[in-house]
Amino acid sequence: MTVEAASLKAVPATRPQRKRSERSKAASIALHAALVIASLIAVFPVFWVLVTSFKPDARAVETTPTLFNESSVDNYVRILSGDKGDFLAWFGNSVLIALMTTVIAVFLSATTGYAASRFRFPGKRSLMLSFLVVQMFPFAVLIVPLYNILLALGLQGTSFGLVLVYCTTAVPFCTYMLKGYFDTIPTDIDEAGRVDGLSPFGVFWRLVMPLARPGLAVTAFYAFLTAWGEVAFASAFLSAADESKTLAVGLQVFVQQNRTEWGHLAAASILVAVPAIAVFYLVQRFLVTGLSSGAVKG
Amino acid sequence: MRRFLDRHWYAYAMVLPVVVVIAVLVLYPLAQGIFFTFTNINEGNIANPVLDRAATYTGVGLTNYLNVLSGDPSFGSFWSTLIRTLIWTFGCVLCHYGFGLALAVLLNRQVKGRALYRVLLILPWAVPAFISAFAWKYMFNAQYGIINQFLRALGLPDPIWLGQSDWALVAVVIVNVWLGVPFMMVALLGGLQSIPGDLYEAAEMDGASPWQRFRHVTLPGLRSVSSTVVLLGIIWTFNMFAVIYLITGPNPNTRILVTYAFERFFSGASRDYAVASTYGVLILSVLLVFASVYRRALRKQGEVW
Repeated sequence: MTVEAASLKAVPATRPQRKRSERSKAASIALHAALVIASLIAVFPVFWVLVTSFKPDARAVETTPTLFNESSVDNYVRILSGDKGDFLAWFGNSVLIALMTTVIAVFLSATTGYAASRFRFPGKRSLMLSFLVVQMFPFAVLIVPLYNILLALGLQGTSFGLVLVYCTTAVPFCTYMLKGYFDTIPTDIDEAGRVDGLSPFGVFWRLVMPLARPGLAVTAFYAFLTAWGEVAFASAFLSAADESKTLAVGLQVFVQQNRTEWGHLAAASILVAVPAIAVFYLVQRFLVTGLSSGAVKG
Repeated sequence: MRRFLDRHWYAYAMVLPVVVVIAVLVLYPLAQGIFFTFTNINEGNIANPVLDRAATYTGVGLTNYLNVLSGDPSFGSFWSTLIRTLIWTFGCVLCHYGFGLALAVLLNRQVKGRALYRVLLILPWAVPAFISAFAWKYMFNAQYGIINQFLRALGLPDPIWLGQSDWALVAVVIVNVWLGVPFMMVALLGGLQSIPGDLYEAAEMDGASPWQRFRHVTLPGLRSVSSTVVLLGIIWTFNMFAVIYLITGPNPNTRILVTYAFERFFSGASRDYAVASTYGVLILSVLLVFASVYRRALRKQGEVW
């Protein structure tokens, strides 16, 4: 195992060198041009929202584009001071719900993914298949039955009920990803742990979980985003009181029937996007290894 | 039985929480949703615990299915909507995969600033979808949107993107492609990195051109990751409602099956839960048929999952 790992590591170090010496100047320029254009397209909408967020609503809809037009931080001040609805309360609700979803979804999909990766047990195949099928049904059509169940469980209108609903969307995909990641961790480690007297749970918790950090980081990112940006369930299951809304629901106040307050909406959007981008920045170095091993092994 | 439990109890213990949550919050609602498709349930006759009103809806047999499958415009013109959904799904996934693969191949080379490019290119994934939807809706505005200002500056025609025409469909496809490329790119980049470099060296030794190397080393090496992400991509895009709903609302030119189910569900005084559920069940059936065909096709090529 060690030999294989070493040879795999050595490869990327030697191959690019050969490539670099090979690539002509023109090819190099074309490569960078393509990447720069793609990056611009990827970043521009976010950049444009940022620019707009400093403009007053009336200036955001002018017919000649400008970077600055009576720009100020007024929009931010008004939003944060609660002038446009209880933004800070929405923010707190969203953080709480997204964090709870992340913790619960990661924990559930880690245990399930580990069991699916390491143990052969009757029903495993149908479990994994049912995870795939679960993604096929348009969930929001289930709002009425879900509402009834949450009501019966006494969870209707609570954050925890919403968290559980988000987990059902996040867990199936996260389990697939983590199962794939656990598959890349050699079983020798588990066996060594067992020999040293750890229980199956001990092996999972003390040996495998720390090794699976890249996979867990990606799973956490995915679960966080699922909860952070969800609109339909949040508007259906949380009470209509202003202070119990999440951001995704609360932001609708800026989009009135015929008039959208683009400046305020843009500023609020930036405030909403910042935590998501922060989480993204924390996990981005794990993204490629964490996600791909899951997808590669399917 | 005893030995069976002894052998498997920790596996089941680890799986149990998920199974319970999924059973309670997915399977049971799903069963109830399927039951609704055989009734005439709507906002007016559903049990309402707040008003303390009992349910008064009745069974109507297959009426909902017959109505929907007749393709009647008052039930969402099922067949033409299905075709639009297929165009939307395959258009989006094809672009996701094409751009994702191209960018992954570029990023897999040794380039200066690779880490920076990667962060920038994944950014659309990190922005919550409803924020991106607002941003694009703003940029697509026919008068003051930056896209049309740009097109006018170049002397190109500036269509009314989000109006009652097929431009609206083009616009939402563009947005969804923008949103979905990063996921594909990251997954394929990981797939590329798992292809052993020896294979490329061997191919080069044998005199393979760059195109041949791509065709005979890269693509086969990406087979398994591709088959997974393409299937997931198709399922997700087929059911992608947020982008269309937030950008064009109930515009018939961008109507796909899911958004119509939502329209039936949320809009109008008599929220028609029965027809919405019927659409849900039909969507599930289409995807199940597709997934089994897809799987069979893969198996024929010698791959099983």
